[in-house]
Amino acid sequence: MYDVPNTERDTTVNDIKISANKVQVYYGEKQAIKDVDCEIQDKTVTAFIGPSGCGKSTFLRCLNRMNDTISVCRVEGSINLDGEDIYDKRVDPVQLRAKVGMVFQKPNPFPKSIYDNVAYGPRIHGLFKTKAELDDIVEKALRRGALWEEVKDRLGDPATGMSGGQQQRLCIARAVATEPEVLLMDEPCSALDPIATAQVEELIDELRSNYSVVIVTHSMQQAARVSQKTAFFHLGNLVEFDDTSKIFTNPEDPRTESYITGRIG
Amino acid sequence: MTMEHTDAVPGPSTKSSLYALSPHVKKRNAKEARFKAIGIGAILIGLVFLVILVTQIVGNGASAFQQTRIDVELTVSQEEFDSAEKSSLKTSKYRGILENALLVTIQENGIETPFTKGKDIRPLISSGAGNTLRQHLLTHPDQIGEPFKFNVLTNGTVDGYLKGRVSRESIANDKSINEAHLELVDTLKDSGVLRKGFNMGFITGNDTSDLRPEQSGFGQSMLGSLAMMIVVLLVCLPISVGASIYLEEFAPKNKITDFIEVNISNLAAVPSIVFGILALAAFIQFGGGTLGFSALRNSAPLVGGLALSLMTLPTIIIATRASLKAVPGTIREAALGLGASRMQAVFHHILPLAMPGILTGTIIGLAAALGETAPLLMIGMVAFVQMDLDSVSGFFSDPNVGMPAQIYIWATRADGAWYERAWGGIIILLVFLLTMNIIAIILRRRFERRW
Repeated sequence: MYDVPNTERDTTVNDIKISANKVQVYYGEKQAIKDVDCEIQDKTVTAFIGPSGCGKSTFLRCLNRMNDTISVCRVEGSINLDGEDIYDKRVDPVQLRAKVGMVFQKPNPFPKSIYDNVAYGPRIHGLFKTKAELDDIVEKALRRGALWEEVKDRLGDPATGMSGGQQQRLCIARAVATEPEVLLMDEPCSALDPIATAQVEELIDELRSNYSVVIVTHSMQQAARVSQKTAFFHLGNLVEFDDTSKIFTNPEDPRTESYITGRIG
Repeated sequence: MTMEHTDAVPGPSTKSSLYALSPHVKKRNAKEARFKAIGIGAILIGLVFLVILVTQIVGNGASAFQQTRIDVELTVSQEEFDSAEKSSLKTSKYRGILENALLVTIQENGIETPFTKGKDIRPLISSGAGNTLRQHLLTHPDQIGEPFKFNVLTNGTVDGYLKGRVSRESIANDKSINEAHLELVDTLKDSGVLRKGFNMGFITGNDTSDLRPEQSGFGQSMLGSLAMMIVVLLVCLPISVGASIYLEEFAPKNKITDFIEVNISNLAAVPSIVFGILALAAFIQFGGGTLGFSALRNSAPLVGGLALSLMTLPTIIIATRASLKAVPGTIREAALGLGASRMQAVFHHILPLAMPGILTGTIIGLAAALGETAPLLMIGMVAFVQMDLDSVSGFFSDPNVGMPAQIYIWATRADGAWYERAWGGIIILLVFLLTMNIIAIILRRRFERRW
């Protein structure tokens, strides 16, 4: 009943990039995530789907410790990035976030020029020595963000003057510019129209060749189109995690089936 | 309101025309109309008060910017100069010279006058004019022995006569001046020897004794206020911005920070006289007395500025926190998501975006401090202070007054001329406040960025 995924299904098993083990997340007294075990592969697009409030965004934000900024939020269990526990006391979340980049639901460019937006990450992480190198990084990132051709003549223009779709691609380019290993995307297309969505999805598919991409989405069609692996969350539990094709054609759990056929959610 | 209950799906029970207003809608419309009328009435009352305020201030104070002067042609010979300098009553000698010269000027202009001696026309010129002439000759020694034209301030009463404040009836009991003097003033005015002109001295001058309102000026108190504002800005801006950033961006939310927050809000509501007595105890008595810092003394603008800082801190902290809060969280997330540290997120993104709000709050706080009088009462900044404006040694530590304090001092003095000057001072103070508010608006408009 869903579109046949237009991305080539990759059945080869890649290395494990992130592995989560018995992750519990509490907001004050309320438990938002219960016992989540999950292994995210390198060079793969993994989609998190599920009804609103199921905990998929919360879990995503655990992967680069963005939840640290919420004072009442508490995370238990372990999440390993390349075998290192990211919640270890020795880990500086700032360093982690340079490796695990994030793109947010609403395009959130800084109210600065297009160039400065992309250059911000490399600047704070000291990724270049000369101005020419920085120019190069910015161009590369904007090319990866499929934005270069549109903006190469107006890099000094304010980013806030761009269209929503362009802004979101800029945010992706900005995240890519810091050369992360994992890219987390929290409903990156929910504020975009279908054409901009298609452009971003195409971009996500291209990014797969270098990064491990994790995307939270409300659109099951989108999950089917862009991801190789899909995780279904429900009421804080990871109900089912498998190849996307399997989840959408032959789910094991009755709750997954109910959700993708539109009976719950 | 009642609902008709039927077994079927509820619907309109009767057909009604859209053209006929139902009683319920009519009542609602009437309520709305009444509310609008009350609102317009409130605005009108406010406007009336504003008009009264502006007309009163301008009507009473505008004349302070005009002052009456007489042109006197005179020659001071070397002998006269030497004898005056030797005298122990120097200024009175010079005044005598001026009086005689004025009488000659009057007679040369062909004006008939019953006065035959210079002493008789003494009430016409300012009692400070002798000293002015002396200072002029000391700075221009080449004019001794040469004829020159000297522009002399008239007495405050004569000035008041031309401005309509003094009349023949009101001087009936005044022993220093009589009707003949006023008649002479009238003829001098007609012949152009005596005329009103722009009063630069009011803007640049300093306070004078009770008897010489015509010589007094507002400039000294403007300097005092400027010194205080500099202190307030230097003390308040870094402290309050630092405190706000910490409380808003870094501090854990717990009972202690809650307590601090409540207290900052309470501090904003403390009467300003309390800050005055606190400044007296903490800065003058403890800092200046016990610890012996000589700059912290009575009537010093430094102490005044510190007292006003205490008062302004909570205002700026509250404004700064509000503008930090107004920066959308998405900007914070964007920076943190790219691996910026908290401090980088604050200083690279949040603070620049909050800056227009912070600056506006700071200027509003400064404006409030500029107009504040009560704390100055407690630390002795309402005394008669006369500075020599040409050689101000301790800009921050020499005793001075602030603008509102100067207005208060003038308003308490007897002569009508002081009353006029108090209003004139209010005009200058309001011009400053208006300018500061306009700057605040311009900053807000110019640096406001959309996100």
